[in-house]
Formats: sequence, structure tokens, C-alpha cells
Amino acid sequence: MALWKPDTSFYPSARMAMQAPPERHAYVAALNPGEDGKPDAICVVDLDPDSDTYSEVVYQLDLPNSGDELHHFGWNACSSALCPYAPHPHLERRYLVVPGIRSSRIYIIDTKGDPRRPEIVKTLEPQEVIGKSGYSRPHTVHCGPDAIYVSAMGSKNGDDGPGGIFLLDHFNFDVTGPWELHRGDQELAYDFWWHLAEDVLVSSEWGKPSQFEDGLVPEDLLANKYGHRIHFWDLRRRRLQQTIDLGREHQMVLELRPAHDPTRQYGFAGVVINTEDLSASIWAWSRDGENGELWKMDKVISIPAVAAEEDALPAALKPFKAVPPLVSDIDLSLDDRFLYVSCWGTGELHQYDVSDPFNPRLTGKVEIGGILNRRGHPRAEGELLGAPQMVEISRDGRRVYFTNSLYSRWDDQFYPDGMRGWMVKVNVDPDGGMEIDPDFFVDFGSTRVHQVRLEGGDASTDSYCYPS
Amino acid sequence: MSPWLAMLAFGAFHGLNPGMGWLFALSLGLQQRSGRVIWFSLLPIAAGHAAAVIAVVLLVLAGLHYVSLELLRWLTAAALLGLGSYKLFNYYRHPRWVGMKVGSLDLLWWSFLMATAHGAGLMLVPALLGVAGGAAGHHGHTGPVSSASGAMLLAVALHTLSMLLVMGSCAWLVYRRFGLAVLRQKWINFDLVWALALLLVGGIALLMAIAG
Repeated sequence: MALWKPDTSFYPSARMAMQAPPERHAYVAALNPGEDGKPDAICVVDLDPDSDTYSEVVYQLDLPNSGDELHHFGWNACSSALCPYAPHPHLERRYLVVPGIRSSRIYIIDTKGDPRRPEIVKTLEPQEVIGKSGYSRPHTVHCGPDAIYVSAMGSKNGDDGPGGIFLLDHFNFDVTGPWELHRGDQELAYDFWWHLAEDVLVSSEWGKPSQFEDGLVPEDLLANKYGHRIHFWDLRRRRLQQTIDLGREHQMVLELRPAHDPTRQYGFAGVVINTEDLSASIWAWSRDGENGELWKMDKVISIPAVAAEEDALPAALKPFKAVPPLVSDIDLSLDDRFLYVSCWGTGELHQYDVSDPFNPRLTGKVEIGGILNRRGHPRAEGELLGAPQMVEISRDGRRVYFTNSLYSRWDDQFYPDGMRGWMVKVNVDPDGGMEIDPDFFVDFGSTRVHQVRLEGGDASTDSYCYPS
Repeated sequence: MSPWLAMLAFGAFHGLNPGMGWLFALSLGLQQRSGRVIWFSLLPIAAGHAAAVIAVVLLVLAGLHYVSLELLRWLTAAALLGLGSYKLFNYYRHPRWVGMKVGSLDLLWWSFLMATAHGAGLMLVPALLGVAGGAAGHHGHTGPVSSASGAMLLAVALHTLSMLLVMGSCAWLVYRRFGLAVLRQKWINFDLVWALALLLVGGIALLMAIAG
């Protein structure tokens, strides 16, 4: 850590980070859904077009335990280390913090020695994570200015809530403890992020562990029992300030993408499904109230379901005679201009120009996989199962990568014919529009792949304290 | 004269450290798109820093009531070397603070916390003792403690002014001339330099104690 100058991958503003050199490799969370005891892994994928092994998995770090279920993960430190109130500019972006959402184990993986052969240097065992944090099923990891923040889906007492957020020490990765001081009636958890310059943390709701660990519970969905609220917290005082209910029918509020420029006080949230018409929606939050002390949510994008023959549908969807878009992930480019939206049901990735966050414009669309269409790729044989899911945008905004798995048990419900894991790259026109890169396709075989992290940072890792 | 110069130099050194305030003031100005916010933020930051140093001056004065100057010199050297050694291996640790929506009182408190936790006041004690010793020597007839405390307060004021000037210059240069990109190249590891400075001053204090 004794660096003389700040880590070169730290940037004061998002605009500056867009000047960063292109990423040369990605770390991809890979999970083995089978019952054969094979462990999950972190895969290293070569992203350098000039390399002989471009678009190949160049290394696979198998975990020492099986059944972790890797899902999301993050870096130990990022550009937020430059924030002025608690600067740690000489931390390094070096360790991946990788939680197992099923096991509640957290691996600390060092990428410094050989970035393409990362090693596990520390393991936080479930009893330590659960015992010290008061939570289980760790999910989102964000590098904060003062600590590593991790959201968790369950409480320490088993399969129910409340889920919440806990902290890891920046330097030795010890579990510091739960984050919230006053949580109000917040019970369900999922994603979180923040407006650092405004001392605001935003969190969303998916469901309790019992509602997802063994698969989607159709009765709970039809009874609108998954999460449908969004919470605004005082980041400084760790206190719930405001909760907005999007309406019970808006089931599963997942990814949160606040504007990267700290002077912009808005952000986007994706809702998986509306149980009334099977549509998916994107909502924008912004300041409200006389002095702007409150927040409001506006539905800014609605994506309708597609009618289908019953025979063509998996059992879970037969009664509905339609394919819901199932927006599972969204991602915002560093200039806050383009929002990418994964439609995991219909097999589409949408690109919206959100320069005006309340009037998004659809500027691009690619199609691959999908429950009905199973559309292929130039470098893959035959039909593809799964669809755009976890999205990651390069810092310069010119390349987008995505993988196709949502969550092991859910994959099997919506794609019951044996989904394989794959990763795809999309090239972006700086003025809007995009197309699938015909030369990039990674086939992971029977291994499923979830979140992607790019070398040096990406559009859903770093937070910036200085305006663009 | 040298303890006075030392107080001024330490003011410049403390002011230069981005973690001591100018960067915070700058970011608030950028966030609120106002150059004036930078200047108005620097004042409470300087006041908080001065308060932390004055707290140390009061401790020194109180100490002089109970122990001899010689013993105080030894204690100071020990404290500096102790904190410096700790910081050398924990230089990256800062007091926990979260929050950028801050008013003047918050900034004052923040600055007080940072200065105290990093031993900014402690670093000044040898120089302050020099200032006090000089004042007591010149005005022996008015009572050593009152003239010493007056001189020390004046020294703290000069130190703070020097710090404020350097903080203002840093913030202004980055704001108007260099831009934030300079942080990426020029932000040396001040926390480590700070630990070394504590050890260096501790070493000098030790020599002074030995010399009597």
C-alpha cells in the first residue's frame, strides 16, 4: 500500500475517468449450478483485441469450497478514495471482494502479482461474516471513501429479513459491523448506491432469502410479496429518511444507478416485472419538496411484454401467454448519457439516451438469446439460451459487455432446456447506437456467468466526489 | 527567532496537506459552483486547526504548573516519537468521518478532529516551548507563565495564518490553474511524510531534552 503517488486508476471525476486506457481483461463471476460439488470460480477473460487469446478465458481461479453461488462482487478501493473528507489516495485498487450469496462466505482476491492469475489471500468464513455483521447472503459490494460497504439479503437468523448493509475495514477486511442505526420499517434488501456529495444512500428491495434461494416463488409474485419500494438514507447519520412505494404491482426493484456527476441529483432504478401487465419499467429519482429535502420517483421507461403461444413457453409462463421483458440489470455510462437496460426475458439489450433523465430516448437495441427467439451469435453454433443480464460498460463508454445468467435456480425456471454460460461484447457509437461485436463470444460451457468487473474500473464500481 | 520561523514553516506544512482542509474546501466550492464557498470554508477549517493547537498549548501550560520544563521536554519527545512510530505503520488511518453536506461548525469540528488525531498540535510543542522560553527570558519580571502564554498564542496565530495562506494558495491554484487532474500526479503520500515529520521533530525534541 505504501504507494508514493495515488493509484493511477483513481480519477477525481467521472469525466476524467472516461480518458482511462481501454480495459485489457475482465474478471467474471462463474458458478457451477450442478450437484457434482464442483466449486464456483473467478474467470479472467482476455479483452485485448490485439492479443492471441482475445475473447478467451485465460485463467480460472477455482474457489476452495463448493456451493458459494458467486453473484456480484467489487473492488476494495476505487476513485472514492480521493474524496476530500477521508482521503485514502494511497490505497490500491488491488483486491476483489467476492461474496458467495448462498454460503455467506467472502473471498478477498489479490490481482496485483499477476493480474491474469489472481490469488485468494483471505477468506471471511460464514460464521465470521454473519456473526459480526448481523446479516447473511452478502450481495452488492461498493468501495466507499471510509470503508467497504456490502449489502446483504438476509438477517443472521435465517431465511427472513431484515436484510441490510454492513461494513468491511478498508485495510484488513475485518467485518466492522452493521451499517444502519435507524432502519425504520425497511426489511427487504438488494442493491444500494449513493450520492456521496449529498450524504444520501439509496437502497432497493428484491426479496427474502426464502423467496429466491430455491427459485422464484410464483405465489409470492402473484400476491405482490416481493419488494416494491426504494429507500433513501442519511449516509452520514445512517438513518432511514424516506421510503417510496412504487406500487405493489411493481415487483422486484433491483439495480440502482445514480448519476456519476455529484452535482446531478438523480438516478435510475429498474423494476423486473409489473404483475398487472407483465411489463418492466425504469424509474428515475430526483429531488422533491419545497427545499428539495425529499425525493420522488417517476416512471420514465416502460417495456411491454410480448404475446406468445402457450406451447413455446416454459411452465412458469404458460398461464400468462406472454414473455415478460424481465429487466434484470441496468447500467449508466460515466458521462450519465446512456442507460443500458437488459431484457432477460425477451433477449434484448436496450440503449437509451438519458441526457434528459425524465425523457429517455431509445437509441439502440441488440437482440440475442431470449425465451422465445433464442437468437444466436456469429461465433456461436445454433440457438442461444439465456439473454442479456449483467451489463458492464467500459469507462470510455465505447464497449459494453454482458453475461446471460440471472441466478442459478431462476435460470432453470425461465430457460429450462439447459442454459450454457456466455459473454458477449457490444460496440457503441459515441453518438448513440450499438452493435454486437461479431468477433467476441466467450462460451463458458455448463458454467453460468454473472457479474463482470473490468480491469481498472468500470461504470458500476467507482464513485466520484468531484464534479465532471 | 528560530522557534517563530518553525511555527510559520509548520503552518505551511500543515496547510499543504490535502487531508488537512484545502481539498475539502475546494470540493465544496466545486459542488456548489462557487469560488466564494472555497474561501468561506477555509476559515472554519483554519479555526478548527487553531483550536486543536490551542488545546495543546493549554495542556503545555497546565503541565508547566506540575512538572519542570526539563521533564516536559522529555515527555514531549516521548509523545512525538511514540505517535510518530505508530503513524509510521498506520499512516493511512484517519478519524472516521462521513459527510460532505457540512456547515461551518461541521468544518470546524472536522478540522479539529483531523488536527488532533494526526498530532498537529503535538508537532508544534518543541517550537512552542522555544517561543515560551524566549518570552520568559526577555520578560522575566512580569512572570514567566503569562508572558509565555501570550507569546505562544501569538505564535499559534502566526502558525494558523501561515496555514491559511498556504491552504488558500493550494485551493486557488488547483481551482483556477491546474484543475483536479493534478491530484492524480502530485498527491504525494502526505500521511507517510507526516509520520516522518513527527519522528523528526521527536528526534529534535529528544536532543533538546538531552541538551537540557
